[in-house]
Amino acid sequence: MIHSPVTASRVSRRGLLGGAAAISAALLTGCGPGGDPAASSAGQPRRGGRLRAAFAGGGVNETLDPHQANLFNEASRAKAMFDKLADYGPDVSIQPRLAERWEPNRDLTRWRITLRPATFHDGKPVRAADVLYSYARITDPKRAFRAKASLELLDLPNSRAVDDRTLELALKRPFAEFPNALAAFGAYIVPEGADSFERPVGSGPFTFDSWQPGRSLLLTRYDGYWEGGAHLDELEYLISNEESARVNALLAGQVDYAHDITPTTARTHADGGRMTVIRMPNSTMQSFAMKVDRPPFDNRDLREAMFLLTDRQQLVDTVLAGAGQVGNDLFGKGYQYYADDIAQRTRDLDRARFLIDKADAKGLRITLDTASVASGFVEAASVFAEQAKQAGLVIETAMGNKDTYWRDILDSGVLASYRSGAMPIETHISQRLLTNSTTNATRWARPEFDALYAKAVASADDATRRQAYGDMQRTLHAEGGFLIWGFADFLVATAPGVGGVSANAPANTLDWARFDKVWLG
Amino acid sequence: MNLPRYAAGRLLLGLGQVAGITTIVFVLTEALPGDAAVVIAGDHPDPARIAAIRAQLDLDRPAWQRYLDWLADLIRGDLGVSLISQRPIVDRLADSAGATLLLAAVTLLVLIPLAIALGMLAARREGGRLDRVVSAVSVALYAVPEFALAILLIAVFGVRLGWLPPTAFGADLLTQPSVLVLPLLVLLARPICTISRLTRAGMLDALRGEYVSHARRLGITGSRLWLRHALPGALAPIVQQLARTTDWLLGGVIVVEAVFVIPGLGTALVDAVSTRDIPTVQALCVLVAVTTVVVNLAADLVAFRLAPRTGAVR
Repeated sequence: MIHSPVTASRVSRRGLLGGAAAISAALLTGCGPGGDPAASSAGQPRRGGRLRAAFAGGGVNETLDPHQANLFNEASRAKAMFDKLADYGPDVSIQPRLAERWEPNRDLTRWRITLRPATFHDGKPVRAADVLYSYARITDPKRAFRAKASLELLDLPNSRAVDDRTLELALKRPFAEFPNALAAFGAYIVPEGADSFERPVGSGPFTFDSWQPGRSLLLTRYDGYWEGGAHLDELEYLISNEESARVNALLAGQVDYAHDITPTTARTHADGGRMTVIRMPNSTMQSFAMKVDRPPFDNRDLREAMFLLTDRQQLVDTVLAGAGQVGNDLFGKGYQYYADDIAQRTRDLDRARFLIDKADAKGLRITLDTASVASGFVEAASVFAEQAKQAGLVIETAMGNKDTYWRDILDSGVLASYRSGAMPIETHISQRLLTNSTTNATRWARPEFDALYAKAVASADDATRRQAYGDMQRTLHAEGGFLIWGFADFLVATAPGVGGVSANAPANTLDWARFDKVWLG
Repeated sequence: MNLPRYAAGRLLLGLGQVAGITTIVFVLTEALPGDAAVVIAGDHPDPARIAAIRAQLDLDRPAWQRYLDWLADLIRGDLGVSLISQRPIVDRLADSAGATLLLAAVTLLVLIPLAIALGMLAARREGGRLDRVVSAVSVALYAVPEFALAILLIAVFGVRLGWLPPTAFGADLLTQPSVLVLPLLVLLARPICTISRLTRAGMLDALRGEYVSHARRLGITGSRLWLRHALPGALAPIVQQLARTTDWLLGGVIVVEAVFVIPGLGTALVDAVSTRDIPTVQALCVLVAVTTVVVNLAADLVAFRLAPRTGAVR
C-alpha cells in the first residue's frame, strides 16, 4: 500500500529523450556569472504568490479521488487537499494529523481516537462520522482501493462514533501498530457521502479551484486550515512525463518546482545557480530479490555468497550517480526500529568464492529478471552481473514487460530487480515477509519468523517490539532473500527563490511533495 | 466515373476500414501481456486486489462480449467510459483533440504557402544558386529526426538564449502563441522538404509539358503562365502528400507533444496503451481512422477536380 508510487510507463519515454537535459546542460556551461547560491536567495518565509509545480502524471484519465492516489502527483495533490488521521514523519514513525491522539484498550482491539478541531473547505467540521464513512469507502468489498489491505483488520460494524470528535475503532485482532494503518498510503478522510471528486472538498491546506485533466490543477490557500494557512496564495500542478521538459521549464522560469529529477540532471546543474537541487535521502530501497523457496537460492550459503560478492559502493556510484547510500540488506535505513547495530556488510570475494564452491555453484547460470520499470534497474542489473562474474557466477539478465513487471516477478523466476519507497518497517514485513503476505517476492515463509512478528504487533510495550523487530532483522541480514545494496535519494529541483522544501523527507512521508510549508522568495 | 458515385464508394470503403481497424486494435490490445487491473495494481500486485479491480472494471467477462458491447455503444454514438477515470471518454479527449487540431492547423497554414513558394522559387532556375541552397537546406532538415531537432531548438532558443518558451507547460495555446513557435519549427522541418521538392519537380515537369508549351505559344508568360497554367498541373501529387502530412499531424505527433508538453492525442494514446485502458485506445483509434479516411477522401476529391485528365485519383 505504501510503495513508492508507480511510474511504470514513464521510463521508456524518458529513455527515448534521455539526452535532452544533457545537451541543455552542455550549452549552459560558460553561461556567464553563476548567480547567487540558491539557498540564500530564498530567505525568510514570505506569504503570497503562485507556485507552479511540474510532475509526471497519468494523462487525461487521471483522477482526483484521494483514495485512488497512486502516482507521485496524485499523492501530492491528495495531501494538498486532504488529510489522514496520521502520517509518516521524517523517520517514518507515525505523527498525529487529524487525530489529536489515540489510545488502545488493554488488549489492543479497540482504539479510541480523538479528532482535532478541523473543518472541511465548505466550512463543515471534520467529524467522527466522516472518518467512519471514509474507512467504509476504502474497505468496500466491491472496490479495490490501495489502502484497503491496510485497513482490512478494521471491524467497522463494531466501531462507533462516541461524539463528533471522538470515535472508537474496533479491530478484528489485537494490533499494536494500528497507527501505521491510519497513515497508510491513500487512507484520506473525505466528507461523509463524498463519492465524486470532480470538485473535491477536503480538509487539507489547499482548496480546489480549477482542473484540466492531464494538464493542470489549480488550488488556492485554505485560510481555515487547522495547522495554519499555507504561505502560498495558489498552487498549480502541471503535468509532463518527460523529465527533460520538467527541467527545461524550470531552467526557463516556466515552473518553480520540478519533481523527480535524475541524478545526472542534479549533478549537471548543481553549481549553475539556475536551480536548487533538494536531496531526500533514504527514499528508495534498491535491491535484488532472491526467491528462497526454490533452487538455487534455497541454499543459504549461496544467498550469503550473493551478499558478499556485491560491491555496494560501486553500484551507488554508477547506478545512482552517487545520489544515495549503501544498504546493509535491511529495509528502512534511518527509519524507526531500523537495526543500525548490525555491522555494515562489505565485499569479501574470497569468502564469496568459498561459499559458492561449498554450494557447488561455481559457473552456475542464473537469470536475473529486470525491466525499465524504475530508473536504474537495467543499469544495476548489468553492473551486478559483472560483480558476480568475478566471484564465479554467470548472471544473465532477462528484460521483462515494464507494465506488468511487478506482478510477473511475484511468482516466477529466481532473482529479480526490486525497489520500494518508504513505509514503516512493520508494514514492509507484514506485506512481504510473512507466510501469508500477499506481495512476498522473496517467498520468505518461516513459522518462527511469523511468530516473532505476531509477538511484536501484539505487544503494547515499545521495548518488546523493538527487541522483536531487531531479532527479525538479524535473521534477514544473515539469510534473507532481499539483497539490499542501496538507498537512493529522491531528487527534486526548485527555482532559486523557492524556500521551505524539506530535504528531511523520504519519498512517501508527510513532508515529501508537500507545499503548505513552501514559499516563493 | 462521376464525382458523387466515386465519393460514396470511398465512404463505404472508409467505414469498412474503420471497423477493421478497431477490431484489429482490440485483438492486439487484448494480446498485450497484462490488463488494466495488473497495471493499476502496479508495484503492489496483491492478487486479491487485482481480482477486485478486474471485477470492478468488468474485465472478468470474455473479451468478445466486451467487444460486442463496445461496438453496440459505438453504433449509438457512444465512445464509452475510460477504465481509469470511469468518466466518458469524449469529455476527457476533447481538450487533447483541440490541442492537436490547433497545432495541425497552424502548421498547415504556414507549411502550404511557404513550401509551395520555396518549390516554385527553386524551379525558376533549375540548378541555379537558389535552387541549390533550397535543396541543400531542406534535405538537411529532412535528415534530422524530430526529437533531435526539438532538443536542439529547446536547448539553444529556450534555455540558453531564453528567446522562446522551451515548453508549453500550463500555457493556453491560443493566448500565448509564443509557446507554439518551437514545436511549429519541428513539425515544419520534414514536410517543408517533401512539399517543396514535390512542387519543384512538378513545376519543372509542367513547364516542360505540352500544355504549358501551348500556353507559351499563345503568348502567355510570366507569373500568369506559372500560377494559372503550370501550377495546377503540379498540384495533384502535392495534394496527396499534404493529405499524408495532415493525417500525420492530426494523429498527434507523440515526440513533439512529449518534449514540448502539449498534451494532445498522441500523448493520450501513449497513456491509454500503457494503462491498458482499452476503451480509450479504441476511441482514439476510431478517431484516427475516421480522420485518415476523411482526409484522404478529401485529398482524392481535390486531386480529381484539379487534374481529372491525368487520372491521378488513386
